[in-house]
Amino acid sequence: MIYTLCFYLFATITVFSAIMVIASRNPVHSVLYLILAFFNSAGLFVLLGAEFVAMILVIVYVGAVAVLFMFVVMMLDIDYSELRKGFQKYLPIGGLIGLVLLAELVLVGMGWGLGSPVTTDPATATPALTEMTNTEALGSLIYTKYIFLFQMAGLILLVAMIGAIVLTHRKRPGVKKQSVNKQVMRRRGDAYEIVKVKPGQGLG
Amino acid sequence: MADLLVEFFQWAFGVTLVPWLAMIMGIVVGILAIVLPLLIAVAMSVYMDRKVWAGMQMRRGPNVVGPWGLLQSFADGLKLFLKETIIPASANKFIFLLAPALTFLLALVAWAVIPFDAGMVLADLNVGILYLFAISSLGVYGIILSGWASNSRYAFLGALRSAAQMVSYEVSIGFVLVTVLMCAGSLNLSEIVMAQKDTFMGVNGYWFTPLFPMLIVFFISALAETNRPPFDLPEAEAEIVAGYQVEYSSMAFALFFLGEYANIILMCAMTSILFLGGWLPPLDWEPLYLIPGWVWFFGKILFMFFVFAWVKATVPRYRYDQLMRLGWKIFLPLSLLWVVLTGFFLLLTDKIPA
Repeated sequence: MIYTLCFYLFATITVFSAIMVIASRNPVHSVLYLILAFFNSAGLFVLLGAEFVAMILVIVYVGAVAVLFMFVVMMLDIDYSELRKGFQKYLPIGGLIGLVLLAELVLVGMGWGLGSPVTTDPATATPALTEMTNTEALGSLIYTKYIFLFQMAGLILLVAMIGAIVLTHRKRPGVKKQSVNKQVMRRRGDAYEIVKVKPGQGLG
Repeated sequence: MADLLVEFFQWAFGVTLVPWLAMIMGIVVGILAIVLPLLIAVAMSVYMDRKVWAGMQMRRGPNVVGPWGLLQSFADGLKLFLKETIIPASANKFIFLLAPALTFLLALVAWAVIPFDAGMVLADLNVGILYLFAISSLGVYGIILSGWASNSRYAFLGALRSAAQMVSYEVSIGFVLVTVLMCAGSLNLSEIVMAQKDTFMGVNGYWFTPLFPMLIVFFISALAETNRPPFDLPEAEAEIVAGYQVEYSSMAFALFFLGEYANIILMCAMTSILFLGGWLPPLDWEPLYLIPGWVWFFGKILFMFFVFAWVKATVPRYRYDQLMRLGWKIFLPLSLLWVVLTGFFLLLTDKIPA
């Protein structure tokens, strides 16, 4: 009973906050609702017994990605009324995309429900939860059967990261930068020298 | 816990508890058994903090309220409690009040997975260490929200600094966690502690192994995560007054304060669990096991807390670009390198835990 109660609680809040992400007027509120949605989907994953995925969802999306969203949204000076101007104009195309997504979801759900050959019991790929913790199960699958796909995904992310840095990084002339190595390597003798001055003669 | 409660009610009142009621009551009693001592520990740790700084600066520190000033924190708490809660007119009221509550809440919920002794843990999660990491990565929201909701420049600057800083140091903390759990072979905190039994020459804990540099990296990153000096730029008094806390008064401020110290104690507990062997005695020597495990654990937390206070008393504040450089250019490559080295080491010496 508690399980069902938890499921409906998490599911309701997820759907509600997902709607609020696009419905709320203030972008910061949108991001907050997004975080709430992530958090509750993590709860749903825990209910499914996928605790590893749940924690990673919180760590990666809530702990890092959403912080950066928040960072950007807070810094932007957005005119909210300007943002909503084109709502009527873009409604048809947005609605169309939404419909396509909905249809695809329904198809996936139907395929799963009918037990089509494509999705024959995906649970058989990993051992039961009672035998292996799902961290171990995931690891033994990702690092053996899907190692190349997994590494490829990593490489794509790396390339994207390097690309972003290359695109934004520029050398500005005339900027004084601190070189910590130079500072640390500096010795007393580099800065001054001690000169013996004889009285009455000066340095000459 | 639930069975004990059922027995107790049977004995004391002659009533038999319904199982689900017993379960819920068991959980509540467990939570109270952690939170109440934790809040007292927070109050006493503030006192200890101040006494340590005072000692290092040749002052007396708090010594008026109660014997040796022991009740100083409670007096401060009472003072804050009696003050007026001021909400700035231009603040976003809901988020303004949500932020301190969130900080405090997150600092408390993380304690659910901390094992105080063998089997003495509220929730023995399989992914305990990930849970801790997730909760501590949420801590940034309290600060970022308070900074934004205050609608004040100082608070906002503090929040931005804090967000960037905490996200940066989380990366190195993550890699340090990876090295530890590669050696322990488990994400469960109790198993991580047990894996540290007699690591090398009869010493319990990973600090006496090649993981020692990671202890240092973890500790310094923990300083940055908890916004402690020398990384207290989010609240730097000299530049941005008190940063994100500037608009807060009364209990809202008190919640930030409590949350901050609860987080510091949590980081001390994490350091002791990951590197100092948790509830195990320092040496794997039979007579030492006579002392209960939670005493050792408490002692280790106390030691780590002393080091936190020590650092605050002696080290000047970093400049922001130096802080970022340390996080991204030194700690990130170093901890990543250590992950690779640990992997090689475990593979070559055939020590990969099953």
